Parts: sequence; structure tokens; C-alpha cells
Amino acid sequence: MRDVVIAGIGQIPVGEHWELSLRTLAARAMLAARHEAGMELKPQALYIGNMLASTVSHQSNLGALLADNTGLTGIEAFTVEAADASGAAAFRMGYLAVASGMVDTALVVGVEKYTDMVGSELEAAVSEMTDYDWEAVEGLTPTAQAGLLMQRYLYEYRPPREAFAAFPLLAHANGAGNPNAMYRKAIKPEVYAGAEPICDPLNLFDIAPYADGAAAVLLTTVDHVPTGFTHPLVKVTGSASVIDRLALHDRPDFLRFEAARLSIERACRMAGIMPQDVDFFELSDTSSIHAALTLEAAGLAPHGQAAQAAAEGRFNLNGALPINTLGGLKARGHPLGATGMYQIVEATLQLRGEAGVNQLGKARRALVQNLGGTAATAVTHVLERVERQNR
Amino acid sequence: MEIPRHWRLKKQRYALVGETCPHCDGKIFPPRDVCPHCGGEAKTPYGFSGRGKVFSFTMMQDAPAGYEAQAPYTVALVQLEEGPVITAQLTDLGDQAVEIGMPVEMVTRKIRQDGNDRGILVYGYKFRPLMQ
Repeated sequence: MRDVVIAGIGQIPVGEHWELSLRTLAARAMLAARHEAGMELKPQALYIGNMLASTVSHQSNLGALLADNTGLTGIEAFTVEAADASGAAAFRMGYLAVASGMVDTALVVGVEKYTDMVGSELEAAVSEMTDYDWEAVEGLTPTAQAGLLMQRYLYEYRPPREAFAAFPLLAHANGAGNPNAMYRKAIKPEVYAGAEPICDPLNLFDIAPYADGAAAVLLTTVDHVPTGFTHPLVKVTGSASVIDRLALHDRPDFLRFEAARLSIERACRMAGIMPQDVDFFELSDTSSIHAALTLEAAGLAPHGQAAQAAAEGRFNLNGALPINTLGGLKARGHPLGATGMYQIVEATLQLRGEAGVNQLGKARRALVQNLGGTAATAVTHVLERVERQNR
Repeated sequence: MEIPRHWRLKKQRYALVGETCPHCDGKIFPPRDVCPHCGGEAKTPYGFSGRGKVFSFTMMQDAPAGYEAQAPYTVALVQLEEGPVITAQLTDLGDQAVEIGMPVEMVTRKIRQDGNDRGILVYGYKFRPLMQ
């Protein structure tokens, strides 16, 4: 296996881009990543993370569409789909291709065009990530799954409900410093406390907003990095993808995110580290309860206590283990199949020292986890900065 | 139009017919091709009683397409008395507050209406508070 490094990143602001098509969203991120690397470094493959295009945009075969649109005919290109973990799954595909030696340079883009449809049809489209025959057909949505998790969590562990405010407060505080975030304004605890219920006991501020977005990276080996590339190199040192039972009702204990736990364990073992050894953790705060259960699955908080740990400031930018340093899904926005690639791009910015006002003092190693379909799929990566003498 | 898809699940939707595993006697609902308990292949039909308890629940305000007319509605995880947990709406609640552990029983109701006037109606199980 060869070392794989990130030789270019690109992203567009997350939001409702009514004026931009699926292909143009993707092209902007792809071209940004390629320009950073230098256009002479031509990818031999394009891997796409996307969830909704065949339903919302009535478009499949994105490989041909997006490669063709950006002048990359003649290369390998296809979509990797794993619900809202599609982005990280595509990144893992790019990693495997380059690490194996089958491909020297791979472009990976996560893209979601969410706003090509509106209203209840869109809610139904997103619900395709649940077990359609036995969950979606009962009128269940992914947000309702989060409500079911939260209700049972509050019943079993009896944490103070208001402690969960810590996750959206943290996300919005960090999103304020990210020029590509959908929401760039900190919120106050009383705003959270007064927010309208959405899938009670969750409220509006517990739920990450779906949106349009695209983010891309160029993966290659150290030998192929153009000599003019001035950014610090970031290396993939751990990669693992694990599935759980798809339907919540089929899991022996759905308050244990088993796929999240196993994929973190395997990615960290590959990197030769423990989860506590990372400087920050980009996780999937699809809802506040997702954030809590992920931290507990990672062993970074005891079961039933993640929200209290967050409320004490442990995961803030200046805390013991910062999470979601550029706003996470809640404030940056959650463009489904693109989200995992935003997480990778944001972690890369931190590791390079290019995260602007949110730059961490120490950012040498990152844990990045993208959940799909209420933790039915968990894709985890460990990224590390390559120190200059090692290049 | 998804008529075959709903038709082939009619025994499950109308009568809660799951499976019992011939290898480990595990009770399975919804039916699966491989027993989740022992890994053997499970194909023996088994009718569930339809009685259970609320394991978790939430309230849907913004319903997906096909469910708007029912909103707001309560969707729950119901643990059947034979063991499996299933996802279903609660109905006939009146003013009764839902609680985890509340005994419920299955009834057959309309669960979905496709958008246009030629769309199909899907009937299936919901759960109501257990009649004393």
C-alpha cells in the first residue's frame, strides 16, 4: 500500500443555490481542487459522493456527466452511494484506488443538489435512506429516527435536557468563523430553549439543515505532488467503513452506534493511535443526539454523559478535544452526499494551518467521521499533517 | 404507482405475519432472508399477536409526501410481546399522552395516500392503546 496525500481541495459555500445546477456545483469544487494542485496534475479517476440526484434531479450516471462537463472524458468515473455518508465513501474509494497503485491521481467530489425539488416530495426523497418497506412506509423520516433515539436516550439515561444545547451552540459559534458555512451567527441558550419542536423531543436547533453543496479533493502520492505545491501536505493514515443494521428497530441496542464505534476502532488501529490521540474530531452532528451517541461510541464520553461533557466546554474550540471546528453539519449545513467531503476539506484546512479565525493552536492529527442513514453506515478517516522533513 | 411492492407485503401489512427460525426458534419481524439471531436461513411463517409496548416515540409535524393528510402524527417503535421491535404509527390516542412502556395493539388503517387522484391507498398496521 502506498501513502496517499491530499494535493488540492475545493469547496463552495453551503446554501440554497437556486441559480446553480448539479453539474455546475460539482464543477466549481472540482476545478478549485484541481487549480490548487496545478492543472497539469490530471486525475485518472473521478469518484463522486451523491445521494439524491436520481430522485431529485432525475439524473443518474453522474460519473459521465460530471467528468464530461469538466473536460475529463476518457477517465474512470462513477458514483459511490451510502446515503449521507456518500461523500466519505467516495473519499475512501479514492484512497483505496491510489493506495493500491491502480490509480496515481484521483479526484473525489461530494455533491448534492437538494433544492431542485421542494416541500414534502423532498422529505420523502431523503427518507429513502431509511428501510423503505418497513420504516419510510410508516411515515418515518431520518429526522424522526433522531427523535426516536432522543426520546429513548432521555428515558434511559435521564440527562438534563438543556445540556444538549451545547452541540448547536458549539456548531453555530464555530460556523461564525467559516466563510463557507450556511449559518455564520452564534446563537444564545435562550434561543435554543425557545425553538419550535421538530420531531419532539428534538427542536429546530437540534437538526442539521439540508442544503446544496459541493466539496472536492485531489488524491495522489507524494511522488506525484507538483513541485510548485506550496501547501503543507496532509496524509491519510487511517480509513475504515462499517455498516450496522439499516432499520433502527432491528438493532439490539440502538443507543449504541456500533458502526460508528467499529469504524473508529479500525481507522485508529490502522493509524496506530487511540481516538484520544487526535487533536480534533470532525463528526456527524446530523442531530444533537447523533453528536452525543458518536462521542460515546468513540469512547470520548461515558454512555449517557456526552451532552453534559459538551455543556462543560470539553468539545469547544478551546476545549480538551475540539469537534466540528468549522461549524459541523448544524452550522456549515448538511448537503447529504457532499457532507463527508466538506468534513475532509475542513480537516485539511485545520491540519495545514489555513482555517482562519477558527485555526486550532495544535492541529497535527484529525479524526473525521461521516455517518449515513442514522449511523447505518459509518466511514471514518484519520488525517495527519506531513512534516516538511518527511516529504 | 408501486402496486406490486405493496401487494407482495400484504400478509405482513394486514396480519403481521413474520417468521420463526427453524434453527433457533427466534421470532422475526419484519421477515428477513437470514435469521438475525443465529445466521440460519429463515422461511417458516409465524403470525404475531399484535400486542406490544411503546419502546420509543416521536411526533411528526412536517410529513413527507403521501402522509401530509395525517400530520401531525405519532410514530413509534413498538416492541411486540414476542420480542421484535417494529416501526409504526400510533392511532386512536385521543387526549392520551404517549409514554414509553404503554401497552398497545395492532389495528389496520390507511397508512399512505399517493399524491394524485389516481394514486393508490396503502393499508397496513398501526397501533392503538390496548383496549382493557
